[in-house]
Amino acid sequence: MNDSAATLGALLARDLRVLRRQFGQFVVRTIMQPLLFVFVFAYVFPKIGQGFRGGPSGISFTTILVPGLIAVAINFQGIQAVALPLVQEFSYSKEIEDRVLAPVPVWVVGFEKILAGAIQSLLAAGVVFPIVYLVHARGAAPKVHVHDVALFVPALLFSCLLAAALGLFIGTVIDPRKITLLFAVVVIPLTFLGCVYYPWAKLTPILWLKYAVLLNPLVYMSEGLRASLTPELPHMPVWAFMLALVGGSAALTFVALRTFTRRVIT
Amino acid sequence: MYGRGDQQIVAVDGLDLEVRSGEFFGLLGPNGAGKSTTIGMLTTTVVPTGGRGLIAGMDVRRHAAAVKRRIGVVSQDNTLDRSLTVWENLYYHGRFFGVPRRRARQRADELLELFALSERAQSMVFQLSGGLAQRLMLARALVHEPEVLFLDEPTSGIDPQTRINLWRILQELHRTGQTILLTTHYMEEADQLCERLVIIDHGKALALGSPAELKENLGADTVITVTVVGDPAILAERAAALPGVRTVEREGQVVRVFAPHPEGVLAKLVEAASAAGLHVRDAASMPPSLETVFLTLTGREYRE
Repeated sequence: MNDSAATLGALLARDLRVLRRQFGQFVVRTIMQPLLFVFVFAYVFPKIGQGFRGGPSGISFTTILVPGLIAVAINFQGIQAVALPLVQEFSYSKEIEDRVLAPVPVWVVGFEKILAGAIQSLLAAGVVFPIVYLVHARGAAPKVHVHDVALFVPALLFSCLLAAALGLFIGTVIDPRKITLLFAVVVIPLTFLGCVYYPWAKLTPILWLKYAVLLNPLVYMSEGLRASLTPELPHMPVWAFMLALVGGSAALTFVALRTFTRRVIT
Repeated sequence: MYGRGDQQIVAVDGLDLEVRSGEFFGLLGPNGAGKSTTIGMLTTTVVPTGGRGLIAGMDVRRHAAAVKRRIGVVSQDNTLDRSLTVWENLYYHGRFFGVPRRRARQRADELLELFALSERAQSMVFQLSGGLAQRLMLARALVHEPEVLFLDEPTSGIDPQTRINLWRILQELHRTGQTILLTTHYMEEADQLCERLVIIDHGKALALGSPAELKENLGADTVITVTVVGDPAILAERAAALPGVRTVEREGQVVRVFAPHPEGVLAKLVEAASAAGLHVRDAASMPPSLETVFLTLTGREYRE
């Protein structure tokens, strides 16, 4: 067991070494989308007088956006950091063939990928937060504060785990030749239908959509962060999103480790 | 080791082998013979549908992690870590296998030195040529000082110079007591390197022994070929009567003589051809080789 822990630690150290080397790239791919988003919607729109009406009782659109965009960064990074390198390893680089020879049960190799992905998701959340908090027109500042640390920390951590487990699952089931469809078919629909730009509770007028989006893991990440960062906005009950985040992380990790093992052992 | 491949294809069928500690052992066979599947089963990445594999007394299925700790594997494909430098490939490999930090650094330096890669220590691996990448893969497989080193077709697709260099390195490793299991489809490679080898085809073992034993025991002969102008029928007849000759084949203007005792046979054949009034265009003698062994065993040409 100790041996396995040492190997797991070494695999993580390798991934962090690579992340340090490519940190510039990491930052650029993480901040571009949310930066442009807040620039257009929180700075340009108010400046030119075009805008959305804010949320209920005068809450600005930027306040709705902050937790949503952090959730997107987490989700996007988790999928990208795990699935894309894995697809490369399965196709042309074949690196996975050597990695599974590390002296641990094969599922440990997959589990390490989830942990490394979750760490990158967490970093992405940290990088994106100041941007979505600070970039806005005068008077359009979001109202954000951590109102309950005991809720915020687990919501944040399980969001990161869920995103990375989703990344491992996608990386092990997608056909490498169809990887270009990942964004069109998975990432973009998840993002637009992930209660990023609107709180889930406000979907009541479109009831079918309100229930359909419950299949989207990003919904629970957005709602979890919304409940802990902007509690004055309507949000899903705590038990509901925590159940989905914790249960979803556990279930998806279990499934993804199975698909991973099946993929590498013939 | 005894096992069957999965799905409908039986890649390995009732293969039973034992490799001794410190031995340089070869699996020789044409492409598709089941060599890589055998290596895959022994290195835990292919699950056999039946049978058992033991490495240092440990079952490859039940104690996969412990088995992996004791083996080093050089696969057919380049599986180096493209995101790391040459040095880091060795260092992190050591760390994966629980080698302490300082020792891992020391091993990385030593092995780069040994494999003449020190100058490239800080290069990214995608900058390496095929031959250097091959050497680095071998160095990497040795970082954690494995009990058994597996090499799956290490020289397929690399140039002759690099191949000979690699042979030298492998022979050196063997001298230091390293147990090596090598697969190859090159007859010459198996002949040069292996102490014992098994010839396999269609997942079955055809013969097992040292290269010399195989050549001696399987009736492999020196093959003498004489090409003449005109009909070689008379020559073939006379050749069959020569002492030391086992059989004679005729094919167009070529007479092929299989001789267990080839001393003087070539000269006598040329004499016999002149006596019969035939002009000899070409004459050649091919000593017994694993190729002739394979031919004898399977009744067909060896397809590399």
